[in-house]
Amino acid sequence: MRAYKPKDDVQKKPYYTDRFWVAPQVPKQDVSTDEVFAADLAALKEKFEVLDAYIQVEQMVVYIKPEDNFEVIKFFKEELTYDQLSEMSAIDWLAQRGEFEIFYQMLSMNKRKRVRIKMYIKEDQAIESVEKLFRSADWSEREMYDMFGVKVNNHPFMKRILMPYDWQGFPLRKTYPLEGDEFAQWYEVDKIYGKEARDIIGPELRDTARIDRYDSERFARLGHEVPRGAPVTDNDPENPQEYQEESGVFMIKKLKKESSVIVDDPQR
Amino acid sequence: MAQQPNRLRPFFENITYEREDNELVLNFGPQHPSAHGQLRLMLHLQQEQIVKAVPDIGYLHRGMEKMAENMIYNEFMPTTDRMDYIASSSNNYGFALAVEKLIGLEVPRRAKVIRMMLLEINRLMSHLFWLATTALDIGAMTIFLYAFREREYLMDIMEGYCGARLTHAAIRIGGVPLDIQPEFLDQLRDFLAKLPQNIKDYEDLLDENRIWRMRMEGVGYISKEMALSWGCTGPMLRASGVAWDIRKEEPYELYDEVEFNVPWSDRGDNFARYRIYMEEMRESAKILYQCIDMYEKCERDGETELMAHAPKYISAPKLDIMTQNYSLMQHFVLVTQGMRPPVGEVYVATESPKGELGYYINSQGGPYPYRLKLRAPSFWHTGILTDLLPGHYIPDVVSIIGTTNIVFGEVDR
Repeated sequence: MRAYKPKDDVQKKPYYTDRFWVAPQVPKQDVSTDEVFAADLAALKEKFEVLDAYIQVEQMVVYIKPEDNFEVIKFFKEELTYDQLSEMSAIDWLAQRGEFEIFYQMLSMNKRKRVRIKMYIKEDQAIESVEKLFRSADWSEREMYDMFGVKVNNHPFMKRILMPYDWQGFPLRKTYPLEGDEFAQWYEVDKIYGKEARDIIGPELRDTARIDRYDSERFARLGHEVPRGAPVTDNDPENPQEYQEESGVFMIKKLKKESSVIVDDPQR
Repeated sequence: MAQQPNRLRPFFENITYEREDNELVLNFGPQHPSAHGQLRLMLHLQQEQIVKAVPDIGYLHRGMEKMAENMIYNEFMPTTDRMDYIASSSNNYGFALAVEKLIGLEVPRRAKVIRMMLLEINRLMSHLFWLATTALDIGAMTIFLYAFREREYLMDIMEGYCGARLTHAAIRIGGVPLDIQPEFLDQLRDFLAKLPQNIKDYEDLLDENRIWRMRMEGVGYISKEMALSWGCTGPMLRASGVAWDIRKEEPYELYDEVEFNVPWSDRGDNFARYRIYMEEMRESAKILYQCIDMYEKCERDGETELMAHAPKYISAPKLDIMTQNYSLMQHFVLVTQGMRPPVGEVYVATESPKGELGYYINSQGGPYPYRLKLRAPSFWHTGILTDLLPGHYIPDVVSIIGTTNIVFGEVDR
């Protein structure tokens, strides 16, 4: 029987974990330990609901409700002088809790502080675009949509950005395998040669670690190689490469192909 | 052999005329020599003037964030080389620093000094490469040859250190793998002794050059608000009147111990960015001289450690591995299974030659990062072309792309 593999998370898993192993935690500090963050958080709490807040590795992490995202980021930009949205993206928790986690990484230059504003949304829940506050969100949100399929409302140009426009599937989801899914295997074949060429060409192998020993040279003529520099004709004979050291291997007599006999009848 | 017929229709003409509004759509790239890799721009033109620009990226997308989720931390290090392949050690460094912050490692001082030297060498390499290619795009062939010559010296030094010229993988999580080679400091001193004259040569050729100034001055103006809104960092931001350098403001390694200035300008145009690149090269040289002194002090003080001591995360030194059974066992586990950083998340920003290079790592305590987001500065420096190009003329596109200093390994990841 084939070993069971979870379908909702097909990323690589450690092959062995000690049963008594408990993962340590990156320490979290209370927000009151930093007075700048404490003041920011107090101001934020007056206007919005804060689900959780702590400091981790010198940065404040604030959990908010997803409906508030535009207003909270506006508040951070205009009232708390966080003047850059460095980064935003999503984390896939669909397998564990059926949700995406969205994070906005912000930087305040005059306070020299960075905060991360986070929220959880359901799989099909759309969020409000913050592109009107930070133009940088234009491309970040497109990338997030491209990679996770998180929809963003009121975005000026909600198209895929890194993958082709007609791509199907969302590559950074945990359900999406590293080598690509079936659509990815046939995408270029279908696009360039048409569906009827599938049988001739075969699916695209996206396993980058695959090593084919014929692959380094003349990769288009597997099994039909000719010596280096020799002219290539359309019907070169099959020429399987076999490895044998010139002077023979220790204890093994060198196999002479010419003098060996091919036995037709195995019962002879 | 006969040509394979395929479904891709030949597309020789890349110009479309729209009859109604007299607008012309010009497809710039992705194979354009001044597109710095694989940038495709769809430019809507009225006569020679651009009214709308749509950058199209993704031609070099390799899914590094996905790859990171399927690799142990040390395995991912060489992949980071392929982001900003002009200055690959700075990518290695950003990743190493992020993982070190996640597991709370302190790197030995000698390793820090070596890392700083590598980072500044990479900054010089990147800026020289920028100068060469941008000048070439604008038509200045001499500068291209000069700057590539100087860059070659630096690449030789890097090759002496790590054996590679472009994809260095020269930094490890927890330190550096090797001490610098004996002739490193002399080579570096020789290079630095010549550098001021070299930079002066470039400036003599360019600063008062009529063509250069016409192509650079008043072209590609980015206001402070626009730069902040678009998430511009590095020289792009400093040319627009924000003196923000992460090395100065949130110092990592030993940048708080070295003296250097942060060149900035409020002109916001191509010429300002050009001047900032030139001044930053001088500042890098200044930092490198101080690093040489710091390294020699380390040597005098007998600080020989190159890797942090953290048996749970970092393999022991080679001598221990070869002589002590337990070190060998730990090394075996770390190589085959990988280190398991604590559960938590971290965002670490470093000042790469292009701008703020950030790594966001979400670790769930496994040997593979649960989520890794690469914040590459060039991504937004490409995005800003949407707002920056309209109003400019076709020749300005080339000089603007040049001064944004985008590298597509980093844009597409």
